[in-house]
Amino acid sequence: MGVDNPLGDNILTASLDGLVNWARKSSIWPMTFGLACCAIEMMATGASHNDLDRFGIIFRASPRQSDCIIIAGTVTKKMLPVIMTVYEQMPEPKWVIAMGACACSGGIFDTYSVVQGVDEALPVDVYIPGCPPRPEALLFGLIKLQEKIMRERNSFGSTIGLGERYDSAA
Amino acid sequence: MAENNRAVIKLKERFAADIVDIKEFRGEVTVTVKKENIVDICSFLKTALAFNLLTDVTAVDYLGQEPRFMMVYNLYSIPNKDRLRIKAQVSESCCSIDTVYKVWSTAEWLEREVYDLFGITFNSHPDLRRILMTDDWAGHPLRKDYPLQGPDREPYKGRLS
Repeated sequence: MGVDNPLGDNILTASLDGLVNWARKSSIWPMTFGLACCAIEMMATGASHNDLDRFGIIFRASPRQSDCIIIAGTVTKKMLPVIMTVYEQMPEPKWVIAMGACACSGGIFDTYSVVQGVDEALPVDVYIPGCPPRPEALLFGLIKLQEKIMRERNSFGSTIGLGERYDSAA
Repeated sequence: MAENNRAVIKLKERFAADIVDIKEFRGEVTVTVKKENIVDICSFLKTALAFNLLTDVTAVDYLGQEPRFMMVYNLYSIPNKDRLRIKAQVSESCCSIDTVYKVWSTAEWLEREVYDLFGITFNSHPDLRRILMTDDWAGHPLRKDYPLQGPDREPYKGRLS
């Protein structure tokens, strides 16, 4: 006791980053938003067999309650303004996952009506290849997003006026 | 044989001057007609021959041939369980045909699709707007001279070029 444990047994000390990032990565709430066949795999990932809930990932039906948007499918030029609106309605901090070949690069749809990768319009954090990716691949991508969130430095502190945000190269 | 088809016999009696071609392939009868009388022919087929279901309206672009476009109407008679395909030639210089939406009201949206993708206009159509592409889209994507990857991109010429 004494000097070794000055705050007693009922207080934990942690860095602000560690605490905030842990809270954020443990409650990624994605927007319920599917575009094509990838959405079927996304639903399968959310269902009981793969069970996204165990990561604290709960699909929300409103962009106002969402932290993450999984672009699950082919993005047509007609759909892109809708996706942009939904993304802009999401509060910060927010992340984007491009799920499947179409969302990453347009996939097999190298045509006049399809956006050649959603990163032409949105800042994508994780790209998941596959056509469509299996639920395991989506889970892996979400775990990669969790790792990325844990690497953020002072993103919360900077918003409440404590210093600057550090952007890592990754 | 197409000549023994009941609908073809009736059409020949009534619209002999309008019929361009009659074909049968694998039991499917196709009658090509002139576009000027398409509404009369269609309403005759619906009222007198009970072709009460318009399955589809579409078009074909024969780029390089004249007339360039061919309108296609796929008909079905629910009481007679009989199918008939009507085609009408549309030239590029006079790229329009009368609407048949007063015969089958489903033609209203099907003709909007043909207008959107082929650029064929329909005379006296009540609401001729694009239906699939965005309102500000330029061009008609299913025309053979429309670039597959869009007009604002370098066309893909294969991996080795």
